Amino acid sequence: MSLKRVMPIAAALALTATLAQAQSAKDPSWDDVTAAARGQTVYFHAWGGEPRINAYIDWAASEVKDRYGVTVKHVKVTDTAGTVTQIVAEKTAGRITGGTVDLVWINGENFNTLKSQGLLAEPGWAQTLPNWAYVDVEGKPTVLSDFTVPTDGQESPWGMAKLVFMHDSSRLAEPPHSLDALAAYAADHPGRVTYPQPPNFYGSTFLKQILISKIDDRSKQEQPVNPDRFDQDVAPLFAYLDQIHPNLWRKAEAFPANAAAMRQLLADGELDIAFTFNPGDASSAIANGELPDTVRSFVLDGGTIGNTHFVAIPFNSSVKEGAKVLANFLLSPEAQARKQDPAVWGDPTVLKISSLPESERARFEAIDLGIATLGPEDLGPTLPEPHPSWVAAIEKAWAARYGGS
Amino acid sequence: MARRPALLQRALPSVVILILIAGPVGLGLAATLLPAFGYLPALGGSAVSLDPFRAALSEPGIARSLALSLGTGLAATAVSLAIVALFTAAWFETRVFRAMTRFLSPLLSVPHAAAAIGLAFVIAPSGLIVRLLSPWATGLDRPPDLLIIHDPLGLTMTAGLIAKEVPFLFLMTLAALPQTEARRHMRIASNLGYGRIAGFFKVALPQIYPQIRLPILAVLAYGTSVVDVARILGPTIPAPLAPRIIDWMADADPALRLQASAGAVVQLLLSIGAILIWRFGEILFSRIARSGWSSGRRHLRDRLMRHSAAAFVGVLIAAMVAALATLVLWSLTAGWWFPQAFPSALTLRHWTGLYSSGSQLIADTLLIALPAALVAIALIVWQLELWSRTGPRRSRTAFRRLMFLPLLVPQISFLFGLQVLFLVAGWDGTLVAVALTHLVFVLPYVFLALSDPWDHLDPRLAKVAASLGASQNRILWSIRLPMLLRPLIVAAAIGFAVSIGQYLPTLMIGAGRIATITTESVVLASGGSRSVAAVYALLQLLLPLLGFLLASVVPAIAFRHRLGLRLQR
Amino acid sequence: MADPPPSPSGLKLDHVEINLETRRLVTLDRRIAPGDVLTVMGDSGSGKSSLLDFIAGFLDPAFRATGQVWLDGTEITTLPPQERKVGLMFQAPLLFPHMSVGENLLFGLNKIKGRDNGQRRAIAEDALRDVGLAGFFDRDPATLSGGQQTRVALMRLLLAEPGALLLDEPFSSLDQTRRADLRNLVFSKAREQGLPVLLVTHDPDDAEAAGGDVVRL
Repeated sequence: MSLKRVMPIAAALALTATLAQAQSAKDPSWDDVTAAARGQTVYFHAWGGEPRINAYIDWAASEVKDRYGVTVKHVKVTDTAGTVTQIVAEKTAGRITGGTVDLVWINGENFNTLKSQGLLAEPGWAQTLPNWAYVDVEGKPTVLSDFTVPTDGQESPWGMAKLVFMHDSSRLAEPPHSLDALAAYAADHPGRVTYPQPPNFYGSTFLKQILISKIDDRSKQEQPVNPDRFDQDVAPLFAYLDQIHPNLWRKAEAFPANAAAMRQLLADGELDIAFTFNPGDASSAIANGELPDTVRSFVLDGGTIGNTHFVAIPFNSSVKEGAKVLANFLLSPEAQARKQDPAVWGDPTVLKISSLPESERARFEAIDLGIATLGPEDLGPTLPEPHPSWVAAIEKAWAARYGGS
Repeated sequence: MARRPALLQRALPSVVILILIAGPVGLGLAATLLPAFGYLPALGGSAVSLDPFRAALSEPGIARSLALSLGTGLAATAVSLAIVALFTAAWFETRVFRAMTRFLSPLLSVPHAAAAIGLAFVIAPSGLIVRLLSPWATGLDRPPDLLIIHDPLGLTMTAGLIAKEVPFLFLMTLAALPQTEARRHMRIASNLGYGRIAGFFKVALPQIYPQIRLPILAVLAYGTSVVDVARILGPTIPAPLAPRIIDWMADADPALRLQASAGAVVQLLLSIGAILIWRFGEILFSRIARSGWSSGRRHLRDRLMRHSAAAFVGVLIAAMVAALATLVLWSLTAGWWFPQAFPSALTLRHWTGLYSSGSQLIADTLLIALPAALVAIALIVWQLELWSRTGPRRSRTAFRRLMFLPLLVPQISFLFGLQVLFLVAGWDGTLVAVALTHLVFVLPYVFLALSDPWDHLDPRLAKVAASLGASQNRILWSIRLPMLLRPLIVAAAIGFAVSIGQYLPTLMIGAGRIATITTESVVLASGGSRSVAAVYALLQLLLPLLGFLLASVVPAIAFRHRLGLRLQR
Repeated sequence: MADPPPSPSGLKLDHVEINLETRRLVTLDRRIAPGDVLTVMGDSGSGKSSLLDFIAGFLDPAFRATGQVWLDGTEITTLPPQERKVGLMFQAPLLFPHMSVGENLLFGLNKIKGRDNGQRRAIAEDALRDVGLAGFFDRDPATLSGGQQTRVALMRLLLAEPGALLLDEPFSSLDQTRRADLRNLVFSKAREQGLPVLLVTHDPDDAEAAGGDVVRL
């Protein structure tokens, strides 16, 4: 392990190739990891609001238990920020071992907080996972750059997310393909469009989508917020919101709590359009009887925001080996293929399918993506997330403007 | 003179119970105060300042949040009390009254969160009512864009609170009635020609009110600081104070934790303020009422009022029954699209799914609720038995008042500090810590449930037994406990239900590691699967229901040949 | 005050005085010989029940009492109620509703070494037969008439082998004819077993039937 600790972080990319070769020769240190992991109990903090995802994590937990003797306890959190606070509190309370969190489902602002305060396990561990060899580093650059913040191998990619819209084709045949068309649609059909209430992740993502589309210079978003220019930079965003709010669901006096609640409103016929961060969401909800089978997916012209979500190990976990074994299993072609199946979860893989061995590739090819899932060619370009500092800033501005949270 | 137990022995149960109740509340409050003034070394705050308060009070929309908390709490309490008083006045000792009593009592065991989730399913624009009327009566094939749930004024949230608090206040009133001469005095009033409602308000209420004041204030404190009902039904831009405090606490920014502590202190002041406002209202109301006592007006024409009182309660019962029925339907649904009045397909999938995803949750829920209920029963029996042995004591009134302490202090205000204390002790996120915290709330309810039946047991039975030479312990085990078997199981079931219904204590002391069916169902209530949310909401109800079932089945079997006990209520 | 040595047998109330706050409720200085009945009469609130509570050991601490109670030469004033051996009968028979008639009797019957359950049951059944209730052992007390219940209560008391009987208007809930029957039964049983009886009542017929001294409170 000491070798990895001194490894320069910048060389993480180069390491990928090395490890891919080493893996075929059975990296002995990975055997050490699995040996140490046996018998450990890993507390996996992951958002628990979606029964299908919970069921998937249950499955992964039982597989890891059977194969590696690692017990996984899914701690169902309502908001990952709470887990971050917990880790921060443990650090200041001096609990440097035996932390309550062993693995956390994370990305973006929460990752940035933990990383910048030095609350994560050593850099580079993600690349030591044998299954890292299959990660699509070139095709999905966000696996190394989380909301523009370099991951430095301190989190292991788990799935891909991209803002995708849903509409019920029985009520709305031709959905709006731009933000302006969306505003026009809302004006013609008052009360049938909304977004989750920021600071909910999905609500904030919708704000970011507007910001990216409307801001004068996109390069600004790769940089941290400039407080002096902030009001000017977000002026187009709020002009757009001011325009559509009177035509939103409940005249924007109430908002759905999250994307799942918004999807439920689509199912109830209250809304005509909902959105999700998971391109397979519509199909799997149809399979589960949570959406009518007339629902279809669409994206905006010019692309939508996308990112990668990860799992990370806090600095004070005492069962880092077990956490790595779980992270590696979550990254395995078998687990990734199962995750992509809309009947299970429908979350897109982070792996490069063409790099997989024939048998593993067949797992992905066998998946029926379902009637409501867009093919890769129809998903359109992926717009990168802005720097994490933008999220808090626009959430705050939103709350100040529209009356608290 | 009977031999008295030694002082220590006499005081021991009170001391243990009060430590278990006042300890967490007091220490928790203290541990909330320090960070509220900026002192929380664990998070790097060591300078005492008012900054956390400043930060909390400069949040956008905070004034509105405070007004919402105060307004919904006061309105829910006042309306609940008005409904209960009117209904009791209008229908006491009638068939209608008995019938409705039978419905209201079980509703008490429906946890707040489950009731709120069920109500939301009924009254939403795409909910059961609109579905039943559409499209044939309303002409709608799409749900109307009506702001019912999460309305900015908190009317729906108030209604949800009322639906839950009316059964509670009603049962408290029922318990208070026999302790006063109200029943006989009401007959005298009728005999003197007063209408039912006038008779009740002029003669009975002044006697009953002091008996139910503490439960009323508990309702008020709860209403002004509720989190789960506010999340499910309440406004969101801005939300009332309590849910906002929880959001601040969950924020990744540690500075917000200090702000949240300050918020918890503000919450305490707000609830105290609400109680002061209520007290002012009491004085005002009694002035007005007093002038009415001697007016001589009989108010005989109260038919309309009487029937509207019954209508209120009827609507309330109907709403709750519809809520539960809707929960059942959703839990069995495999597709139910607006405006269908019935699911297009039914499935048991959501229930069978519990086996894999819910067994741990159910196990944890039981591992907390069962010990909490049993320990509470043991402690309260110990205390009551001691009082039976030493005779009535003046300290008993003080004891009863203290039992209301955890119900009068807003949960959030002391749970906040308690969480820090458990964290420092390294107990956070353990079943024991959660069960101990639940005990704070379970003990008062078990005491309230058990002390009346205990006191109503004919004291001469114990005297007869003692004069026959039976020892104190023999009297306890062969006379009191068997005769009180039913109230004992009911009290245990109530304690069990109270523990299961705890949302905030589980959330905060469980530190995310301990989840129960209630925390789960609040998470799921805002999630994507209404069916799974319904399953968990129903589980919240079914588990306590098992307890109440035991309470009626076990004594019925044990005493199947004992007419004298079966006739007891 | 130099107390004369109390008489060895019977129930002696030695300068008994009961006060509630500043009000004197009862003063009594009497001896009831075995088999005798002392009737105490008074209106409600006159302290009759407090007197019985004092003798049986249940007096509420709100009352202040002085004086001693002696039973068969032993002072019992400071003994716990269980050890005083004074049997109480109230207006109501107060059978334990969760027990059968027989279980009620067995509750009263003292446990004596060498007496097995069969023998205990036989004693209880004899007692039932004695008061004309043969075969009632397994009955539910709630199915018995008021008079029958009072008879069971009396036998339950006697099986506990008390040294004295305290009767708190035990016949007032019965109708006229039963009342006379039961009065005779109770007094004859007391005489048979040589028990001093303290009867509290407001019914002059009771006093007359008891035949002993009458004290008015």
